[in-house]
Amino acid sequence: MVKRQFDYEQKLKDLKAKLEELNDLSKNMQFDLSSEIEILEHKIQEDRELRYQNLVPWEKVLLSRHPERPGAVDYIAALCDEWIELQGDRCFGEDAAMIAGIGSFEGQALTILSYRKGKNTKENLQYNFGMPHPEGYRKIQRLLRQAEKFNRPVLTFIDTPGAYPGIGAEERGQAWAISQVLMTMAGLRVPVLAIVTGEGGSGGALALAVSDRLLMLANAVFAVASPEACASILWKDLERVEEMAQAMKITAQDLYELGIVDEIIAEPVGGAHLDYEATIASIKDAIRKHLPVIVGCDRDELLARRYEKLRSIGKFKTDE
Amino acid sequence: MIKNTFTRKKFFAINPNMDHSQTPIKPNLSSTCPSCSARVSEETLAENYRVCAKCKHHFTMSAGQRIELIVDSGSFQEFNGGLASINILDFPGYEEKLEKAEQKSGLREAIITGYASIGGYDIVLAVMESDFMMASMGSVVGEKVSRAIERAIERRCPVIICTSSGGARMQEGMIALMQMAKTSAAVNKLNEAGLLYIAILTNPTTGGVSASFASLADIIIAEPGALVGFAGPRVIKQTIGQQLPEKFQRSEFLLEHGMIDIIVERSQIREKLTCLLSLHKGGCRG
Repeated sequence: MVKRQFDYEQKLKDLKAKLEELNDLSKNMQFDLSSEIEILEHKIQEDRELRYQNLVPWEKVLLSRHPERPGAVDYIAALCDEWIELQGDRCFGEDAAMIAGIGSFEGQALTILSYRKGKNTKENLQYNFGMPHPEGYRKIQRLLRQAEKFNRPVLTFIDTPGAYPGIGAEERGQAWAISQVLMTMAGLRVPVLAIVTGEGGSGGALALAVSDRLLMLANAVFAVASPEACASILWKDLERVEEMAQAMKITAQDLYELGIVDEIIAEPVGGAHLDYEATIASIKDAIRKHLPVIVGCDRDELLARRYEKLRSIGKFKTDE
Repeated sequence: MIKNTFTRKKFFAINPNMDHSQTPIKPNLSSTCPSCSARVSEETLAENYRVCAKCKHHFTMSAGQRIELIVDSGSFQEFNGGLASINILDFPGYEEKLEKAEQKSGLREAIITGYASIGGYDIVLAVMESDFMMASMGSVVGEKVSRAIERAIERRCPVIICTSSGGARMQEGMIALMQMAKTSAAVNKLNEAGLLYIAILTNPTTGGVSASFASLADIIIAEPGALVGFAGPRVIKQTIGQQLPEKFQRSEFLLEHGMIDIIVERSQIREKLTCLLSLHKGGCRG
């Protein structure tokens, strides 16, 4: 049976409640167990830390999709002293699955581009579960050019199951819209910092990941296609999704080793959703560390390095 | 309709498991057209650019046949032919898949790249081979496309790419996905150099290839009836839970929705390409 929810915290809560009960009971009976209980509490804490250090990839997939995980709106609110959302693709419509605008982070104006997921059903429907239509990518395309015009660095957050697979999306050129963003970002004459904060699903997510620095939260994942899709297409067996998640090398640690991700941003024990403040503090530190370096870099050199980085990804043999 | 019923010819029992694409030309064998069910001999198909004379259905063409169709006879000179895939992620079963694909297609990978001329104009040509793992894009496809573009920049000549692909190669995980960014970055360089890029989309061009270099050409040509799109029809059907419109994601549908420039039949392709090259004075900015 495939695990659909990461329920470790719930089980831990139950265990702690039982311990509390035991504590109360022993107090009532004037039977001092406090030192034993303390030992047990300590052991639980240790086990928890160990548990989170040894998450398997599928568990990270579940954590990265946690409905309460902080999203773009939370990050923008915490990061920016000032923020103006900009909307619309000037062709067809506004895509709420992507949030974009200009914000100020510690005095530095940034164009911030991101996917947007909801935290409840109503929001999820409104934001289409963070799955953009071509309008979303065209809005991004427009604001990338605008960032270039005003020499404003770009910050992106990546958290999406992927581009929306629908009739309208195909009719209005999903493939074309994504390809344009990829090409524009590859040659954009301003620094781009990208952070994978949740799930990065397929080409629809890659659009915002072409950057000078690609950072990734410790429990985030980034995959060529969802493990579910790969398991059903390659192995015709959805039950083997955990095995597939392992085989695909989708975790921040795997992608760091593969040279795709430049740095892993630590998450609080238990995952980002349990401690927004700590997560945001780590993200702020990461931006403070990387942004000034790329902002200070000569533009021609920046672009040459960006190209070189992309160009070097891939391994093969040569029999010539 | 009624007329069709009577003219449908199904006189001969043909082994339905027969794989037409396995060998380029099988003399004295015949196939049933998947579109109009007419029986077409391989010989006629070969003479007719592998197009059904009756309904114009375009049969699958191997990369080799396509090169022959497009370029000036004898002008093709392959480069980077020795690039081959390795199992980067230790993905279960990938080596076996590669071996089978090699046997089936007779190629080392899902794309052939080289120098050629069309109507006397020098070009760099890349042709994808769908018999090789659905021409999915892994490291080698991404690398060969990028190198082809870089060679065109060196030689200051245009690039023509015949695409067909199921998308990024899952067995290479994120490395495969990143090839989308890599090839798009290469096309950006080509644009900066002011060189012409023509894409010919053939059946099927989907996923990571359609959302990267296939869509980034200056001129996008499609073969009649080719399936072109980002998400596959099965995924869309599953997601929205309704039937898809007729001709959905076919070339004609794409043309109608403004996503491609022209649909060109195989018999016309060399002439059209020659004309485009001549209009671009060989493909360079003046």
